[in-house]
Amino acid sequence: MSGPVLEARGLAKAFGGVKAVDGVSFTVEAGRLLALIGPNGAGKTTCFNLLNGQLQPDAGSVFLGGRNITGLAPRMVWALGVGRTFQITATFSSMTVRENVQMALLSHHGKVWNLFSRAREAFVAKADALLEQVGMAAQAERACGILAYGDLKRVELAVALANAPKLLLMDEPTAGMSPSERIALMELTARIARERGIAVLFTEHDMDVVFAHADRIIVLDRGRLIADGSAEAVRANPDVQAVYLGSGSTFGGR
Amino acid sequence: MDLILIQTLNGLASASSLFLVASGLSIIFGVTRVVNFAHGSFYMLGAYIAWSLVSRFGSASALGFWGGVLLAALLVGLVGLLIEIALLRRIYQAPELFQLLATFGVVLMVQDVALASWGPQDLLGPRAPGLRSFVSIFGNRFPTYELFLIVLGPIVLGALWLLFNKTRWGTLVRAATLDREMVGALGVNQRLLFTSVFFLGSCLAGLGGALQLPREAVNLHMDLSIIAEAFVVVVVGGLGSVTGAYLAAVLIGVMHAFGILIFPKITLVLVFLIMAVVLIVRPHGLMGRKPSLVQQGATMREPLLSPATREIKLLGAAALAVLAIAPLLLGNYGVSLLTELVILTLFAASLHFMMGPGGLASFGHAAYFGLGAYGAALAAKWLAAPMAAGLLFAPFLAGLAGVVFGWFCVRLSGVYLAMLTLAFAQIAWSVAFQWVELTGGDNGILGVWPAPWAAGKTTYYYLALVLCTALVLALRVAIFSPFGYALRAGRDSPVRAEAIGLNVTRINWLAFIIAAIAAGIAGGLYAYFKGSVFPTYMAISKSVDALLMVLLGGVQTVSGPIVGAFAFAWLQDWLVRGIAEYWRLVLGSAIVVLVLAFPQGLVGTALRWRGRSQDDDVPAEAVR
Ligand SMILES: Nc1ncnc2c1ncn2[C@@H]1O[C@H](COP(=O)(O)OP(=O)(O)OP(=O)(O)O)[C@@H](O)[C@H]1O
Ligand SMILES: [Mg+2]
Repeated sequence: MSGPVLEARGLAKAFGGVKAVDGVSFTVEAGRLLALIGPNGAGKTTCFNLLNGQLQPDAGSVFLGGRNITGLAPRMVWALGVGRTFQITATFSSMTVRENVQMALLSHHGKVWNLFSRAREAFVAKADALLEQVGMAAQAERACGILAYGDLKRVELAVALANAPKLLLMDEPTAGMSPSERIALMELTARIARERGIAVLFTEHDMDVVFAHADRIIVLDRGRLIADGSAEAVRANPDVQAVYLGSGSTFGGR
Repeated sequence: MDLILIQTLNGLASASSLFLVASGLSIIFGVTRVVNFAHGSFYMLGAYIAWSLVSRFGSASALGFWGGVLLAALLVGLVGLLIEIALLRRIYQAPELFQLLATFGVVLMVQDVALASWGPQDLLGPRAPGLRSFVSIFGNRFPTYELFLIVLGPIVLGALWLLFNKTRWGTLVRAATLDREMVGALGVNQRLLFTSVFFLGSCLAGLGGALQLPREAVNLHMDLSIIAEAFVVVVVGGLGSVTGAYLAAVLIGVMHAFGILIFPKITLVLVFLIMAVVLIVRPHGLMGRKPSLVQQGATMREPLLSPATREIKLLGAAALAVLAIAPLLLGNYGVSLLTELVILTLFAASLHFMMGPGGLASFGHAAYFGLGAYGAALAAKWLAAPMAAGLLFAPFLAGLAGVVFGWFCVRLSGVYLAMLTLAFAQIAWSVAFQWVELTGGDNGILGVWPAPWAAGKTTYYYLALVLCTALVLALRVAIFSPFGYALRAGRDSPVRAEAIGLNVTRINWLAFIIAAIAAGIAGGLYAYFKGSVFPTYMAISKSVDALLMVLLGGVQTVSGPIVGAFAFAWLQDWLVRGIAEYWRLVLGSAIVVLVLAFPQGLVGTALRWRGRSQDDDVPAEAVR
């Protein structure tokens, strides 16, 4: 088989004096879920932004399927098969749920410059199938601007899946959901990832979710990677325990 | 050598008065986030009031002159204070453009108040006692008063610096400029802060105007001529930065002074060219900082846009039917008025295309309307082109400008984009105004007559109706096309749009070009309708007309610009004919009242009412 879908090598990014990400390297394989955890402000979102081109790294590089994609614009990264969901949801509020997905499909199929056809009638079936997958089919006609937060997260997942990605970057995909919803969404993600061989990198504050679904876990603290391994190994790691005890959040509470 | 020195001094002298006005504008914007169009009116009022006071106190005595000038500044500050309390305070939460609209209403009102109080003739002011002499610099006579102004600029800058850095009030102002929420959280009396800032800013504008007394005759055009330059200074300097405003004022003042020497024809172009260059290199101005994204994210929540319902389509068809049979019922004047309305509707719809779905608010859309008109007129005058060719050349010229200007504009957003569009429009205007050989300058181009078959008033009306209806419908189709969706996607969430592969800049660019082409066709039709073109077709007030039409109708709706264009043009015509003399006062008041009553525009408000009674799914609350 070929190598990892995503490889980060020595990524670094500083804001002013703050080293938000400091020499981070890891890989994600096809069909696998890699959890990126760490206390608030550890640099997780910055890491995502470096991976999908939203930010330019100060040092280091990003490889997608062996190809160096460092410094490419987000839309180029997307075109190469990377879907992303955002920590602070980003959807099109003047469109319905279905239209949000249709927009992604239109872009994926290169139909953006069409000035004459009706966008509403494009890829309806495909959009509905994606919405069905994430359990949003019933709300397809609702405006995205009025959805509950958890529902927006689901729409984001459907949008991120629209270009049949090789890699999914999910920044806190279950924030704003109830515990049972969280488990359900991550189960769904894991299933889709395995079925289609999609590599998934996700962040999550709920450790139950992390331990239940991640194939591997990496831990970030103040920009540095302090652990990388299986759930057991990470849980047993004294550095990780120190970070989580120090920050006061619950860790491994099972 | 000495010429260079003299021109530098000249430049510095005009920089000082420009700085006074611009610093006030910048402070007001920094704290209240209101782009105050009426700031130029405060400047004009300062000049007029100072003229009256100084005349009364006696211009021969130092006390009479300087007392008059200072008192005028204070009185203008009071006027600003009243306007803040009566109007702006109520609309701080409204969208940026509505605030702009309201302050433009004030501009109109002040124009008529000034006309009523001081009459239409230019008023010559006295020279300043004690500063009437000249000093000799390298054998050149240089007015002492100008030297005084040169020194005054840095003094005011220093005083403002002390005020902002050494007083508690100043600290609050700086905090508010950086982060408005923080000040609210600190429990500061925000109202008082805003009002006092407005007072200070208005005083500075009034002082700037009053000090012009010895330099130029007081006239009714001072407001709009200074406001464009002040906008440029504020934007070049960086919104909210007083030091930036000073640097920019000096830069522009000096370049202007040298421009007059080297290219007397394109001095105006030069000013706006400087702005364009600075904004391209430093998109947030010399001393400005990028506005924080969080703030934008919090205020932007666009309402759902749905295609026309059956009722609306029927309503549209009925309206069209009425327009089609109207000439049978109306006289010549009515047909003319309708022709104009129909053309203006296309103009408004073209602006709406970029402004609504694209969120690209243009303060200079008249440029493309005007270039369309000039395209047709130039083709007719220099190439003796027939009407059909002229009507093709119109959108070509406007589209070309859209390609070039748009490329720069879509790289910016929000207020900066609006200002850059204004700058480009002023460039286009000054070319038409100053390139007399080609365009006839102020006298315009006459004799742009339609083809013989379309010469009849009614025939031309039908021609305009058919063309404009087709184009307005085409724009509508485009709004609901994949491209229109992509345009909206970039407006709703640029981050998300880029993350699904949309090239937002390029999409906005195409939207800009389409809007320019459509406006160009409207301009071409207008040229043949009027039979002549003038630089005023590209003036700020024409751009504001378009903005008013779109905002009146409601920028969030697709039918808005159509309703807005009719409402506005009809209102204006009715006012001009009905109360010929003081129509601006009435129109201005009407605008202010409309903004206060319908912050979502006419159609937006109607939809909101309907939405309330019918269906919660229309997110009326999201409109805000
Ligand atoms: N655009 C920015 N400018 C300046 N500093 C930033 C910026 N983005 C992030 N930071 C800083 O970088 C550090 C890492 O932030 P980041 O958002 O990546 O953390 P995170 O792990 O995602 O936290 P959370 O769990 O709260 O989402 C923080 O100290 C943050 O303040
Ligand atoms: Mg984060």
